Amino acid sequence: MIDEGLKSELQKQGVYVTTLEDLYNWGRANSVWPLTFGLACCAIEMMAASMARFDLARFGAEVFRPSPRQADLMIVAGTVTKKMAPLVVRIYNQMPEPKYVIAMGACAISGGPFKQGYNVLKGVDRYLPVDVAIPGCPPRPEALIHAIMTLQEKILAQKLTGPDRPRHLNADVASEFPVPAYGPHDLEPPKNDAVWHPTVIKR
Amino acid sequence: METLEQIKARLEAALPSAKIEVLANECAAGERSLLVDAASGFTVAKFLRDDAQLKLDYCSNVTGVDWPDKELTEKIKVKQVVDGVEKEVEEVKKNIRPGYLEVVYHLYSMGLKHGPVVLRLRTENRADKTHLPSLTPLWRGAEFQEREVYDLYGVIFYGHPDLRRILMWDEFVGFPMRRDYIAPDDFEYEPTPHDEVLVEAKKHYPAEPKAEVKP
Amino acid sequence: MNALATPPKNFEVKPKLAANGEELGELLEVSMGPHHPSTHGVFRMDVVLDGEKVVKLKPVFGYLHRNHEKIGENISYLANMPYTDRLDYFCSMTNNWAYALTIEKLAGLVVPERAEYIRAIMAELTRLQNHTCLIGFFVQDMGALGTPMMYAFREREKILDLFEEVSGARMMCNYMRFGGVRVDVNDEWIAKTKKVVADYSKFLDEFGTFLTENEIVLARTQFVGVLPKDLAINASITGPMLRAAGVNYDLRKVDKYGIYSRFNFQVPVGEHGDIYDRYMIRVLEMRESIKILEQALRDIPVGPVMDPKAKLRGFRPKAGEVYGRVEAPKGELGFYVISDGSPNPYRYRVRPPSFINLTILEDMCLGHNISDAVVILGSVDIVLGEVDR
Repeated sequence: MIDEGLKSELQKQGVYVTTLEDLYNWGRANSVWPLTFGLACCAIEMMAASMARFDLARFGAEVFRPSPRQADLMIVAGTVTKKMAPLVVRIYNQMPEPKYVIAMGACAISGGPFKQGYNVLKGVDRYLPVDVAIPGCPPRPEALIHAIMTLQEKILAQKLTGPDRPRHLNADVASEFPVPAYGPHDLEPPKNDAVWHPTVIKR
Repeated sequence: METLEQIKARLEAALPSAKIEVLANECAAGERSLLVDAASGFTVAKFLRDDAQLKLDYCSNVTGVDWPDKELTEKIKVKQVVDGVEKEVEEVKKNIRPGYLEVVYHLYSMGLKHGPVVLRLRTENRADKTHLPSLTPLWRGAEFQEREVYDLYGVIFYGHPDLRRILMWDEFVGFPMRRDYIAPDDFEYEPTPHDEVLVEAKKHYPAEPKAEVKP
Repeated sequence: MNALATPPKNFEVKPKLAANGEELGELLEVSMGPHHPSTHGVFRMDVVLDGEKVVKLKPVFGYLHRNHEKIGENISYLANMPYTDRLDYFCSMTNNWAYALTIEKLAGLVVPERAEYIRAIMAELTRLQNHTCLIGFFVQDMGALGTPMMYAFREREKILDLFEEVSGARMMCNYMRFGGVRVDVNDEWIAKTKKVVADYSKFLDEFGTFLTENEIVLARTQFVGVLPKDLAINASITGPMLRAAGVNYDLRKVDKYGIYSRFNFQVPVGEHGDIYDRYMIRVLEMRESIKILEQALRDIPVGPVMDPKAKLRGFRPKAGEVYGRVEAPKGELGFYVISDGSPNPYRYRVRPPSFINLTILEDMCLGHNISDAVVILGSVDIVLGEVDR
């Protein structure tokens, strides 16, 4: 690591010194390519975020790719139903590492207003690791922009070496998750215990 | 448009075998409906569509309704001898009205711009005799809606060209819109459970450690 | 339960045979969707292709089936209002109106004059933004990526600002109540709306200059996806699609719900029933909506906005059943409610226009190229929240 004092001293002299880690993360954070993946109402706000008034392009995340092979970020925008959940997991598996997930809206976080439904998945985090969650029904485009900035901060803070290094730099950690199957009443399995860690509330 | 009684009279004249009943509706709008027996459902619907005065060429809405077995209580006065004295005693008699599934069609006329005529068909029961004639050959607009009624209620429409599940996946068992359907239990984690959800969620809570008894 | 023992497959793909039984080549089965950029959400169509020609197409639904009707039967009448916003999430105002109108019919509530005007204004603004966005999407389906959408969404934002100011939410307005509307609008809001409406025809002129006589639009849409008049009626098609096929059936004129009988407007009717007519009908409908808006904003009276008899909490209508419908931007949106006198509806059913309009998708697409099928789907105007509910 370079000494901060020395770094600023050198900058005054017109020499910019950085680490490979910072440079690498800086590049990744400012060119997030989201997947065009609209599920429900929130998708319209996601579109609005990339359109004229809100202009997601200012934050380097406007290149919506229709193919999961070209995308880094999956914005789960809307209600994930049980019929859709296996496909969501499969699309996630098809994305190359490094990849991130934003759960946009109450439905993607927990099922939201439709939580009582028999065909509604109670949160996409049962099958996928979620990096940023945006509350709201639907969240405003500004909230999505904020979530992308939060994700950028998260990417910038990632260490490339050591035990805390991200998943894509650790060959031992799986980057794909098992796709649930349609069962007679519910998905099988109904949740992926390797991914899903709900908060324990003491009662 | 004619009143339902007039339509019923004309239907009975044209189709003597059909059993038709006009059902009352007590709410403010008071749209009454025609209950037709399942066997003559198709011919009645065809008459309604092709009749020159009615010309109900537009089948707007197809709905399933589930009416489970209902317990009806009736109070009957029975004379009984109690302690040597004859008395009138009220006895509660319980009848069970067998349940059925119902399909409701809302018919309008686009040409004559009138309607609706509400047509109802009922199945015999909810378990094994849930067959009804499909009206898709008459109105194609009923195709997906009847599939939906099959998917969610389990009414089997004979004569339907393509009767498959439409909203749920093919492997799904059961009919989720029926009133006795039990949704899969996935309340393992609830941040703010209450009422029924709390009861369900409690089943998943880890057993509370027993308080240590001080010696 | 008598569910089918072995679920039938959508269809089997057999090799293409010549008259003498010789194999000519293979048909290709393509599953388009549910994750596809041009299926307008999580819609899927299973297509069988002979080269590029569509020989079979089956829509597959249910990827956004979030149990709207089941939830509606388990919550109170009023609590259902915000759920109706999420049916067709472009047009929450007309969804609210259809539901409120149905319950008003059920309970016999009278809507005050001013509230009727506000409702009509909201519904026509909704129609404007829905049709504008639809045209943006549908031109995008033809390959004009991005730019038309940018313009459409720019105009939509102006209308959403009006909604937000009065209801507090951009998309999910939850604005109408049984017997009126939730809050009154002020004069400042009316002045702003007048300005937006006045500017809208200029935008339509601009949009029209680029699209209406555009050579690519003409080539891709004229005589493509033709829907004959008889089939349209028989398949219960409603809304702009029906009128493009040449049937003059607009619920605003037929049922005259609300105060539509007071406005002077026309119902545009198409001739050929092709995609171009469907596009043109929507453009003309927007012009008519502007006329209605101008009249409504001019004539809006002063007064209360809620029926004083209307009871929001503990609302228990008498037993009975009702079917109410309005002309939503996508077609006839109907609600069928059975009440058993309890606080929750016994049966709550939505008649979704875009779901039923998809019935004839296969008929329209057969024989066309797969790229045309995308444009045909775009011209149907579907929103999956409503299709799958």
